[in-house]
Amino acid sequence: MIDLYAMLVFMIIAALIAVEMEDLLSAVISVSAIGLGISMTFLVLKAPEVAITQLVVEILVLIILIRSTIHKDLPFSTSGRWLLNTSITAIFIVMFLGAISLALRDLPKFGYPLMRVSSQYLQNGFAQTGATNLVAAIVLNYRAYDRLGETTVLFTAFLAVLTVLRRIGRIAPGDSEEDEE
Amino acid sequence: MTSPRDQGFSLVVRTTARYVVRVMIIFGLYIILHGQITHGDGFAGGVILALAFIMQMLVFGPEVALRVFTKPIAPRLASVGALFLLSIAFLGYSGGSFFFNFLGRGQAFQFWSAGIIPVCNIAIGLVVMASLIGIYATLTLYKPGAPERKKD
Repeated sequence: MIDLYAMLVFMIIAALIAVEMEDLLSAVISVSAIGLGISMTFLVLKAPEVAITQLVVEILVLIILIRSTIHKDLPFSTSGRWLLNTSITAIFIVMFLGAISLALRDLPKFGYPLMRVSSQYLQNGFAQTGATNLVAAIVLNYRAYDRLGETTVLFTAFLAVLTVLRRIGRIAPGDSEEDEE
Repeated sequence: MTSPRDQGFSLVVRTTARYVVRVMIIFGLYIILHGQITHGDGFAGGVILALAFIMQMLVFGPEVALRVFTKPIAPRLASVGALFLLSIAFLGYSGGSFFFNFLGRGQAFQFWSAGIIPVCNIAIGLVVMASLIGIYATLTLYKPGAPERKKD
């Protein structure tokens, strides 16, 4: 259990560094450190499938973020109505903590109703699906809707990127009135 | 024009990448095709295949991508994969329900051992690979500024 807490503390420190860093590239690298910590946490919790996916996606996202932020720097404003902003943030944090402490009281303990549903999968999974990788049996047979939705989300994201950044059919910023008549 | 963004990397990196890319492609195909036997599935394998292409593009410069993307091949691959997955799901109605496992279970630890699971993994890997390559190439090759207009 101590390694899990060590990973949690590491991720919290990396998140604080990522928030406080003024340089965008350093912030992106700190965010990727959080992702690697999540991957290690999945390994500690004995979920190697999720760890593989998390690690691979993290590398891809890191490459995309570095390519898109390495020559740009967002303006970082610290002046202005900081008293109003800080007080609003504090009020929302207190409200959120109160609501979630009420909500968490009714939840069962972490991992407590152990194996109520998953014992069915573990006992019948191989006989019903024939897959020796039980995670694939659950994800693509019992919960195939989940995987279909996930794939649809990625496909839709690709279509959205293509739609926003397309070249054909765009109107130049200068002469938009002439085209629309 | 001589920055590494446009020209790619040095000779050492190029030679290493030329060999590593093949291993990455084989590893991604292995993870996709053995999703029903060992860890990993179509999603992770598709991301690894996309990373192989992205590494090619980072190392050798964007002209590699422009050589591949003379035709819109990534949207077509992604659409074919998505339609393939959806048709597998609808073919389940031949057995009674959506996503029904209408293929036989087969022998354990063999490739055709879990019915529709390896077929779904191949379709998902196709969608994920094509979508991620397309997203990365679109975001990288996009030049902000005035778009080209046809004068007519």
